[in-house]
Amino acid sequence: MTFEELMEQQARELERQRALSRRIYCCTAAGCVSCGAEAVRKAVAAEIKSRELDGTMEVCGTGCMGLCSQGPLVRTSDDGALYGNVEAADAAALVSAAPADDPRLAQRRIDTSTPFFVKQKKIVLANSGVVDPERIADYIAAGGYQALAKAVAEMTPREVIAEVRASGLRGRGGAGYPTALKWELVAKQPGATKYVVCNADEGDPGAFMDRSVLEGDPHRVLEGMAIAGYAVGAQQGYVYVRGEYTLAIQRLQAAIRQAERERLLGSRIFEDTFQFRVDLRIGAGAFVCGEETALIASIEGRRGQPRQRPPYPPESGLWGKPTLINNVETFANIPPILVNGGEWFAGIGSAPSTGTKVFALAGKIVNTGLIEVPMGTSLREIVFDIGGGVPGGGEFKAAQTGGPSGGCIPAEFLDTPVDFESLARIGSIMGSGGLIVMDKTSSMVDVARYFMEFCMEESCGKCIPCRAGTAQMHDILTRILKREATRADLEMLERLCVLLGETSLCGLGQTAPNPVLSTLKYFRREYEELLPAEHSAAGGER
Amino acid sequence: MSVKTLVIDGKAVTGRAGETIFNVAWENGVRIPRLCHVGGLSDVGACRLCLVEIEGQRKLAAACLTPVEEGMVVHTSSERLKEHRRLILELLLAERNHVCAVCVMNGACELQDLAAELGVDHVRLRYRFPKLGVDTSHERFGQDQNRCILCTRCVRVCDEVEGAHTKDVFGRGSGSLIINDMGGPWGESDTCTSCGKCVQVCPTGALFSKGKSVAEMRKDRGFLKYIVTAREKREWIR
Amino acid sequence: MDSLERKVRVATAWLGGCSGCHMSLLDMDERLLELADRIELCASPLTDYKDFPPVDVALVEGAVANQDHLEHIRHIRANSKILVSFGDCAVTGNVPAMRNAYGVEDVLNEAYRANTSVVVGVPVGNAVVPRLLGRVRPVHEVVAVDLFLQGCPPDAQAIHELLAALVEGRRPALEGRRFG
Ligand SMILES: Cc1cc2nc3c(=O)[nH]c(=O)nc-3n(C[C@H](O)[C@H](O)[C@H](O)COP(=O)(O)O)c2cc1C
Ligand code: SF4
Ligand code: SF4
Ligand code: SF4
Ligand code: SF4
Ligand code: FES
Ligand code: FES
Repeated sequence: MTFEELMEQQARELERQRALSRRIYCCTAAGCVSCGAEAVRKAVAAEIKSRELDGTMEVCGTGCMGLCSQGPLVRTSDDGALYGNVEAADAAALVSAAPADDPRLAQRRIDTSTPFFVKQKKIVLANSGVVDPERIADYIAAGGYQALAKAVAEMTPREVIAEVRASGLRGRGGAGYPTALKWELVAKQPGATKYVVCNADEGDPGAFMDRSVLEGDPHRVLEGMAIAGYAVGAQQGYVYVRGEYTLAIQRLQAAIRQAERERLLGSRIFEDTFQFRVDLRIGAGAFVCGEETALIASIEGRRGQPRQRPPYPPESGLWGKPTLINNVETFANIPPILVNGGEWFAGIGSAPSTGTKVFALAGKIVNTGLIEVPMGTSLREIVFDIGGGVPGGGEFKAAQTGGPSGGCIPAEFLDTPVDFESLARIGSIMGSGGLIVMDKTSSMVDVARYFMEFCMEESCGKCIPCRAGTAQMHDILTRILKREATRADLEMLERLCVLLGETSLCGLGQTAPNPVLSTLKYFRREYEELLPAEHSAAGGER
Repeated sequence: MSVKTLVIDGKAVTGRAGETIFNVAWENGVRIPRLCHVGGLSDVGACRLCLVEIEGQRKLAAACLTPVEEGMVVHTSSERLKEHRRLILELLLAERNHVCAVCVMNGACELQDLAAELGVDHVRLRYRFPKLGVDTSHERFGQDQNRCILCTRCVRVCDEVEGAHTKDVFGRGSGSLIINDMGGPWGESDTCTSCGKCVQVCPTGALFSKGKSVAEMRKDRGFLKYIVTAREKREWIR
Repeated sequence: MDSLERKVRVATAWLGGCSGCHMSLLDMDERLLELADRIELCASPLTDYKDFPPVDVALVEGAVANQDHLEHIRHIRANSKILVSFGDCAVTGNVPAMRNAYGVEDVLNEAYRANTSVVVGVPVGNAVVPRLLGRVRPVHEVVAVDLFLQGCPPDAQAIHELLAALVEGRRPALEGRRFG
């Protein structure tokens, strides 16, 4: 396909959509599907058919619309109205002349002028809930693949990297490593064979940001990867996606097929000599396989265990070749950066954390679901304005970010801006975007124990500090909760935190102590209260 | 061949480019503790006992995997490192069932030796007492999971030197096990050549020759060097 | 410790062990006599623990394996200035703790039902036979321990060094000792 053809396709599809009197968008992402979204979509489709409205109305499934707690969600294109808790029985009303006047639907209408909607800023999720992820035409209509066209036709690889550098984009996989720096490292490696890998392993408990992006807008990720391939000189990409994400896998497969058919992936992309293929590699769901060297081992068909770095993947990655590994959300940010310019992106958020971040809100919060906010938004705005606060008038106690590698942030830091540096300063990390809210009823020791159990079960077993240390820490935390631990045990727990942090081989073991460290830092009293009063070693039988 | 000059524990030493800190230190009489490293096999950096401090670097470095660099200043036995090593040994001793008094390797075990050398006189952690098996199906050798420290020396020697790849790691975390082929009895393995290399490199009583009773098992620590030298230099010397 | 002013009061005790450590103590032979001038042996496994007197040093052999041991060791701790874990059973749990991987029920069944010709019943603990603990534990898991002397048994030389040092009021030189 040429650039002109791409623009024609866009115009044609937009024309087609404009000719319709209404498109009815049904969220068919996992959250809504789990509460009956498929039945809604089918009912609407059947209603359109039975009323012979085929040429004038259509129903399309979309990615997550964000307010998962009120699913299934449906949006009508002509008036932009959003409805929650929709049922199949609402189908007739949805295709009627004025759905908003239907008394049942009117009750289910969601006010989109609330902070939940207006305080968000959607870049990564801009298409989620707006395009049909199974139709490439929808993505093209939304301006898709124009960034790739621009890169290939008008920019040198060096200029692409310069644009990414100007954006200030940092990796969304957790550590916040500057994306342009990584691209440069791979680009400057000699040799014709290089790889681009998209890390879609997403194993943190409660995290579903990447899954949402893949399910809701798979072409965006593919486009980002192709641009990266062009910039670093790679011709082959892999998406490493966990096997549990069946819908994401289906949609990615379909998207790759469509893009290849349209010559947007494969050879002679935009009539250029640039070629780029993408294949999927399915992971078996081990958390540690998200660690880049374990991920590489897994793609190569070996046991998914980390190895010592250096060498880092940009020097020696897949099959010993220079390899660029970025997170799903990182790649999803690339097309808009090329279209709108790095400067535009750098203007959003709070430097040195630019752009937006997607979070999955969970726990004791009214609006559980997926949100996207500018970097630097305060925790208070996220939890109270966007998240709607603690349900049932409960009192906020702490927010956990960064999953098993992260920490708990107490109420006194609610005004902390959520960006890489600020979170690190208060003992947590941004992580990949899980955000769990806890109220007064939560035991922070139990929270620490929960994450330690996760790390213990996910430790690959290669190095001793993590393999045996997480098990010991879990044992101590369990005994503390049972009031069977002593002060000496608590000291040992802290000692093990240092050991794991300083001696573990990979990030899993190195960061496994973080939930313990941060709860000890801010909620030490809860630990102390569980220790026996007397100083001596606890007696009694276990 | 380019030569690197560096300082290890206050001693000016030289090493070849590409040589590891571990090797250069040992060649110069600085005995960095180790359990997973064994000369002649690839290194995995799993036991973390060889971690050293390198001036100017925030993170500790595994000596067995870090090549020497010009001007490096390395410390191998600060109090912090010793305390880390002690705790790592305690973690190992508590992880499985190490009852030295009734172990075939009593008196010649690398884990037991290191614990003594580093002053581990008791284990501050709770012993975990996992229920693990002993495989005596092989006609000449036995495998006792209770004594295994998962250093993977056996896996590597079987793959890299014998070329059989009978042994591998199964499972994850503390539940990991060294298995033979697909996990069946060692004696029924199709691939094992009964060469005994795994038994000789195993640092503990996890792999032993049959017929050895308590404290009777002794291992030939020199054989691997002999084979590797023979292969690389065609010198059949011991 | 105030040395030489008066004899050092020493006691030895015996929990879940095989008495091997005590045998090793006797192995000191004539050096035992040297020490005897400076040591007063106040209690030994043959005395009733309820009468365990206040001492300077207690050498405790064996792991904590039953209800009696538990009471005994607490009493000893309360009555000794320096408590020494004496030998591997006390230090690590050693052989007595090998049952921990199986659980007390299974072990009792195996010993008193499955492998006996005459089944007389499984001892559950009473005035005569103390109840077994669910888990055999090294001494320092139950009470604070001041010194550890590994070995199964510790050799006479090490025991001598330990006692001599305590008599002389210095830290014993026990570096490089191994388990087993
Ligand atoms: C235990 C562990 C698990 C990880 N899991 C993921 C993951 O699921 N997804 C991800 O993108 N990065 C994960 N990472 C980080 C990756 O190693 C890597 O840094 C990241 O994919 C780089 O992408 P970025 O630069 O775009 O952030 C994990 C790291 C560790 C140590
Ligand atoms: S830190 Fe944990 S997960 Fe990482 S290599 Fe070590 S054992 Fe494996
Ligand atoms: S393997 Fe070594 S440490 Fe373990 S019981 Fe045997 S001798 Fe002791
Ligand atoms: S005896 Fe030889 S072939 Fe068999 S498992 Fe051991 S190293 Fe491998
Ligand atoms: S069997 Fe021996 S060599 Fe193999 S992993 Fe276990 S301890 Fe190491
Ligand atoms: S899944 Fe439908 S709104 Fe999130
Ligand atoms: S010897 Fe280097 S990590 Fe084990």
